[in-house]
Amino acid sequence: MMREMTYLEAIRDALAYEMRRDPRVLLMGEDIGVYGGAFKVTQGLLDEFGSERVIDTPMAELCMVGVASGMAFVDLIPVVEIQFADFISNGFDSIVNFAATNHYRWGAPVPIVVRAPSGGGLRSGPFHSQNPEAWFVHTPGLKVIIPATPADARGLLISAIRDPNPVIYLESKYLYRSLRGSTPDGEDGVTPIGVAAIRRAGDDLSIITYGPMVHEALTAAETLAKEGASLEVLDLRSLKPLDVEAILTTVAKTSKVLIVHEANIMASVGGEIAALIAEHAFEHLDGPIMRVAAPDTPVPYSPPLEDAYRPDATRIAAAARELLAY
Amino acid sequence: MELSSEFLAQAHYWMRLARTLDDRAIVMHKQGKIVGGMFSQLGHEAISVGAALALGPDDVIAPMHRDLGAYLVRGITPRRMVAQFFGRVTGVSRGRDANIHGCGDLSLGIVGFVSMLPASLPVTVGMAHGFKLKGEPRVAMTFFGDGSSSEGLTHEAMNWAAVFNVPAVLIVENNQYAYSTPLERQMCIENIADRAANYGFPGVVVDGNDFFAVYQAASEAVARARAGDGPTLIECKTMRMRGHAIHDNMAYVPRDLLDEWTQRDPIARFEQRLRERGLLDDAKLSELLVRIEAEIDDAERFADESPYPDPAIVTEGVYR
Repeated sequence: MMREMTYLEAIRDALAYEMRRDPRVLLMGEDIGVYGGAFKVTQGLLDEFGSERVIDTPMAELCMVGVASGMAFVDLIPVVEIQFADFISNGFDSIVNFAATNHYRWGAPVPIVVRAPSGGGLRSGPFHSQNPEAWFVHTPGLKVIIPATPADARGLLISAIRDPNPVIYLESKYLYRSLRGSTPDGEDGVTPIGVAAIRRAGDDLSIITYGPMVHEALTAAETLAKEGASLEVLDLRSLKPLDVEAILTTVAKTSKVLIVHEANIMASVGGEIAALIAEHAFEHLDGPIMRVAAPDTPVPYSPPLEDAYRPDATRIAAAARELLAY
Repeated sequence: MELSSEFLAQAHYWMRLARTLDDRAIVMHKQGKIVGGMFSQLGHEAISVGAALALGPDDVIAPMHRDLGAYLVRGITPRRMVAQFFGRVTGVSRGRDANIHGCGDLSLGIVGFVSMLPASLPVTVGMAHGFKLKGEPRVAMTFFGDGSSSEGLTHEAMNWAAVFNVPAVLIVENNQYAYSTPLERQMCIENIADRAANYGFPGVVVDGNDFFAVYQAASEAVARARAGDGPTLIECKTMRMRGHAIHDNMAYVPRDLLDEWTQRDPIARFEQRLRERGLLDDAKLSELLVRIEAEIDDAERFADESPYPDPAIVTEGVYR
């Protein structure tokens, strides 16, 4: 059965679904219980599951992630909410040095999920708008996923909770309430981690992207369709592991690649994808690998500055036209 | 607390085993069998053995690099430990982690540590929190140092332990130096344990070179935790008797300070008590040491004969 819901409701639906299915699953975070979360993602869950499974915590991200690892060692499955992805740096050491390395070092898995609302476009300034995915993609032992649709917001979160490894689940604040979509119920909508999705098929150029930029890319593709160009849009969904096969397949099909993400450009996920294509699909390329991403600055607040910072359909379309003409 | 002669003999064995293995590991390092760093626990035997012996069979422990005795008491064999030091596939981390780091084994209830102390503190608090949520009468114990008591995470974890009143025993081994940094550059108060009162749970100071004091304080803290009365911070005052790691000659430590602490050696004091109670004499001690040397000979032989990991598996095990 399909249900219409927002991206945010889909996240809540996945949490409740997994908590009903598995009594080991619990939630921890700041203001998530009584208040229902800064964005109300966990609203209503305290009433259904009680304060031992929806745990309001002290303001202590570094401790929280360490505590989650400890709980995982005693057969619980904690889902941690970092209130804003910007604050995940406070929990960095517990994520990258402890949780991420543990299975490799001495064999004990750390099945935790760290949820972090990320991204800008909401006039929230340098510390409520960040896209920190590259830090974690660079860390062996983590999985990193970013859903772009309500169906994947639900389906990928279910997979993250069932995954025996630490998973960083970056959810788009921009899409929370602005995006509604048809979302599967029950086990039908479980999205596997590591599998990209073609959101629009095309022949002339591939846009490889993820998260909220999928929708900007689709708008740009629609614009260019009216100009006679056929664009393919690949939604990565999972940044670690990357679906390398899907990337190379779309490159072989269109021979022109535009990589788009909201995060700043330097040492970004886009750079890694460009390197993969250069190494493994060079002979298919019919033009330079191009990137549209944020400039290498903090995320600015004032609307004209943030608009200049954050990629959108117009800038994506402009880059696509340039590449199509190459 | 009246302790049986069997229990005291066990405690004696574990402390002597830890010290002899530690001494022998330094020789193995000089022989080139142990590469990279090497951390000595000399002088910390009463703490690691005394605290670990206070736990029950289903409890969990997260020791650090001065707690060789705790790993041995809780079930890591000398064979696995020496193989770990040698980077062999039969070592605790199968050659993944260095020296005594990463010596975890969940089947034994042991969590391996990472270098960023006190990273095991919140993990231990999390295990204890989990026991409480599940209604299991189990206790989680961990160790950290005077240096890591200055880290912000120590505050976060102790506060969390208090807020959720978890069954955790937190042991701080105050050995006067964090690498080369003396205590007066870590803190301006007399006792780290005094901070516990500000979180809302008991903090006790014990002589970390007195096995009986450590064991009694740890046993009381374990009983308190198991009864649902929450965490305890135990500060064990001791002295790091060798450098931070094997390369460190600790020229920065005043000679007379070391001489003073040599007089308080935890094993010498324990053995004196055993002699006073008629439980030990020269012949018995010599017999024990011969047995332990043979056990470590066997462990060294086992490690020497164990293969290194196959380089082909370097990428295996990053994920479950």
